[in-house]
Formats: sequence, C-alpha cells, structure tokens
Amino acid sequence: MEHYLSLATKAIFVENMALAFFLGMCSFLAVSKKVEQAIGLGLAVVFVLGITCPLNQMLSDALLKAGPLVGGIDLGFLQFLTFIGTIAAAVQIVEMTLDRYMPELYNALGIFLPLIAVNCAILGASLFMAERSYTLPEATVFGIGSGIGWLLAIAALAAIREKMRYSNVPGPLRGLGITFITVGLMSVGFMAFSGIQL
Amino acid sequence: MADVSPREALIDPLFNNNPIALQVLGICSALAVTTKMETAFVMSLAVIAVTTLSNTVISMLRHHIPSSIRIIVQLTVIASLVIITDQVLKAFVYDIAQQLSVFVGLIITNCIVMGRAEAFAMQNDPKLSAIDGFANGVGYSIVLMAGAFFRELLGSGSLFGITILTPVSQGGWYVPNGLMLLAPAAFFLIGCFIWAVRAWKPEQIEEELHVGALLELSNEGHLR
Repeated sequence: MEHYLSLATKAIFVENMALAFFLGMCSFLAVSKKVEQAIGLGLAVVFVLGITCPLNQMLSDALLKAGPLVGGIDLGFLQFLTFIGTIAAAVQIVEMTLDRYMPELYNALGIFLPLIAVNCAILGASLFMAERSYTLPEATVFGIGSGIGWLLAIAALAAIREKMRYSNVPGPLRGLGITFITVGLMSVGFMAFSGIQL
Repeated sequence: MADVSPREALIDPLFNNNPIALQVLGICSALAVTTKMETAFVMSLAVIAVTTLSNTVISMLRHHIPSSIRIIVQLTVIASLVIITDQVLKAFVYDIAQQLSVFVGLIITNCIVMGRAEAFAMQNDPKLSAIDGFANGVGYSIVLMAGAFFRELLGSGSLFGITILTPVSQGGWYVPNGLMLLAPAAFFLIGCFIWAVRAWKPEQIEEELHVGALLELSNEGHLR
C-alpha cells in the first residue's frame, strides 16, 4: 500500500507531467485561459489516462514482449503504433459512452475530448510506464496520478492567467510569452517537491 | 493556403510563422531535450525527417483518405515513420537515443507533425508539402538549437560536449548556472525567444483585450 501511495505522490507532484516533463504542453497553453475549461479538460485527461495506462500495460505484456504472441520474436518496435491506436480507440469509446450515459458531462467536455487523443501527456505516460516496466496496479496508480498532477497544474495556470489580465505586460511579451514565463515560475515552485518520498 | 510559392513555403515557417513561437505547436519536446546541444541536434534531425516524410506521404494519399477517418490515417502514417526513425536512432546513435528516451516516441503526438499534415498536406501537392514539412521542421530546429545553445553554454559551460567556458570544478573561472539545466529555464528561454521575435516583428503581438492598459487609457482621458 505504501508503495502505491509513494508512486502516486511521485506522479502527482515530483514528476509532474506538465511542469517537470513538459508533456501535454500544447493544450496546456491553449486551454488555460479560463479556470472552468481548464478543469474540464483536466478531468477528461485524468479519466483517459486512468483507462489507457493500464490497458496499454496489459497489451504490451500480453502481445508485445518477446514470447507470448510469436515465439522468440520481440514485437517491441510496434509499441508506438499499438499505444497510439489504443489511445485513439479509448478516447473514441469514452466519448461515445459519455454521450450515451452522461450527456451533461459530455457537453461540458465538448471539443476537448477528441483532442485528448493527440495530447502528449497520454502517450507519454504510457511510454514511461513501458520504460519503467510497471505492473498492472502500478500502471493504474501511475496513470491516475499523472492525470491528477496535470489537472492541478492546468487549473493553477488558468487561475494565474485570469488574474494576469489585470496586469500591464509589455506588448511583445503579451499572451504566449508571459504565459511561458509564468509556467517557468510555477515549475520552479513544483521543484520544491523534488526529493520528497513517502 | 491554396497558392503558395515554394519559396514562401520554405521561408515563412522560419520566423514569420514559426511553429513554436507563433503557432504554439510542438512545445513539449522543444523544452525537454534542450539541456544539451547534442540531443537537441539529433532530435531536430529526427523531427525534420518525420515532418518532411509525413507531409509528403499524406499529401500523396490526400485524395484517397475519407475525411471522417483522416486523423487515424494520419496518426498511423506518422507513427510508422516515427518507428523507423526510432529504429535508425537506436541502431546508429544508441547513447543519444537512450537520453532522448520517450521523446522520440512523442514525435507522434508532436503537434507540428499533425498540425502541418492537417493544415497543409491535405490541400497541397506532394512537392510543396515536402517543402513545407521541411521548413517547419527547420523552424522548430532553430528554436530547439537556440534553446540548447544557451542552456548548455550557461548550464555546463560547453557546446556539443566541448568545454568553452572552463568551470570552476576543473580549475577554470566559470561558475555553471545550475538553473539552466533544470526544467524552468527552458520555459524562461522560450518565453524570451518569443519576446525577441515579437519585438522584432510587432505584427505578431497578440491583441488581447487588456484591462490594465484600458484603465490607463481611460485615466489619461483617451477613452472619453
């Protein structure tokens, strides 16, 4: 149990997907203008990460590692194609399920749901999971943890950007430039977590 | 985007429409691999190869891809190209491939590749698309190399692993700036790069309705 708790803390704070590994930056910067939207996207990311990470773990264990499928042949080179396929399919299924059973949530997430398929945080988490050869429960904890970390980061950035509309930023720095510098400062803040172990 | 001359397709993405600074594409990897010139250089080559080839292939297939499944088709083409790139890197520069770790794989979801395939290659012929892909790859590389240049020079006092500023630990005078090797420095550098490009080309400044400036104007009586 402690092991999983420490893994989750590590995924959420120490190795924050957005601020330590720069993953999912595109949507991180594009969708962080309003707090509500940011939280919506963040929740969708937690959801999809929680599904795809264990799924990819099972797939790579059952199909890609040397042995199981074709005797003695390591299909590891198909990893990228398999993972991205799983992610695209999972996003599609999540989208259809939500549309059918939870229309409110579906409408709230709107356009962000399909966009998640090309969010590097999702693929990145799966690749990290494969690189560190996590077991199935570890992969689940890691997936959900990274998602929560990303959610925290984007919600915080959106809140700062909402406040920043009231400050007088030099012209050329306005918009993207100042956002980068803000994210840099947040990243400094998150570095305080490094070395923490439960 | 319908009629672009090859020259425009080649020059535009370098500064006028830089994929990182203006289109906000492909930032993830730009930040993560820039601690050393060497890794940044290999990453740049990999991205240039993938954007050029994926744009060419998708442009050749563009009349045969049904629009409802085009994202999946594009992803498959890109993923296959990335697998080839990854295998080549592992075969020839294994050490650097290890350092790049998951970021080679993440070229698949690098928005530059997807974005250019979607925005340019789906509408233009293969030759022009190849040029566009190449130029966007180079535009990306410029930012990547510039970032890596400062981070490696200031962070470890060397370029491409060759010592330029002898650090104190080796009896020199230069005290390495450790912050440059950490994650935040990448954000600061890209932020400053965007600042520099936009100060140079003011038409790229984002016209955000800015409350502070508005208040100032009304205080000075311009808004009555």
